[in-house]
Amino acid sequence: MHFEFKVQGGDFVRAGNASSQIKKILKQLNVDSTIIKRVVVALYEGEVNIAAHAFNGLISVDIDTEKIIIALDDNGPGIPDIGLAMQPGFSTASPIVREMGFGAGMGLPNIKDNSDDFKISSEVGLGTYLEITVYLKGSKEGE
Amino acid sequence: MKLKELVGCIGGSVVCCEECLDNEIEYAFASDLMSDVLTVKTEKLLLITGLANIQAVRTAEMSDLQAIVFVRNKRVSEDMIRLAKENCIVLIEYPGTMFKVAGILYNLGIKAVY
Repeated sequence: MHFEFKVQGGDFVRAGNASSQIKKILKQLNVDSTIIKRVVVALYEGEVNIAAHAFNGLISVDIDTEKIIIALDDNGPGIPDIGLAMQPGFSTASPIVREMGFGAGMGLPNIKDNSDDFKISSEVGLGTYLEITVYLKGSKEGE
Repeated sequence: MKLKELVGCIGGSVVCCEECLDNEIEYAFASDLMSDVLTVKTEKLLLITGLANIQAVRTAEMSDLQAIVFVRNKRVSEDMIRLAKENCIVLIEYPGTMFKVAGILYNLGIKAVY
């Protein structure tokens, strides 16, 4: 199954709609609740990141019998130093984003924490691409 | 502890989802930072926050939270109620501070996440 969602930069009213719809779909598919929570928390963090930092973005979600792959592709300023952006607590969020309850510098580390596979690439002035994979069976070690 | 009992003890007013008051609460987390709330994996969790906006309810939806106590007399909006109803998240308005309600819940035996 393939789903796509558009995200508009700065739109904090709708940020979360894609995550909400994917949560409903995964529930209908009887996916384990722990897996659903990992998927939607990672997706929601990514969705909020697009709303917070980019001009716009496209989320695509592919679900098969083994795994869920989420790609978040945005048009935005990009990340100059990915290593720094991945450090818990590092944030470039604006005061408006912080007023919404985000911008604590936990988003990218939390996405990685909830993923089985996590890829990130970015080009300054163009945008950022994230790919999150969560396996339906044999989730993260120790969970 | 059932949410019904908990609400009676703190004296807050339930804004929506009265039908979900039989949900059990074991833990509470107090934060105005949704980024921090999203890192919590604990179940049977109640959020205490002063952040009264749609993203607080969205965060509760994604994190499978049972209820949110909005402190410092913050008011819940219609769009927040709509989203909470879709997900059976009990929204409670509380006139006192975060510190005060956290203290009451702690004394009732509600546990900290860490």
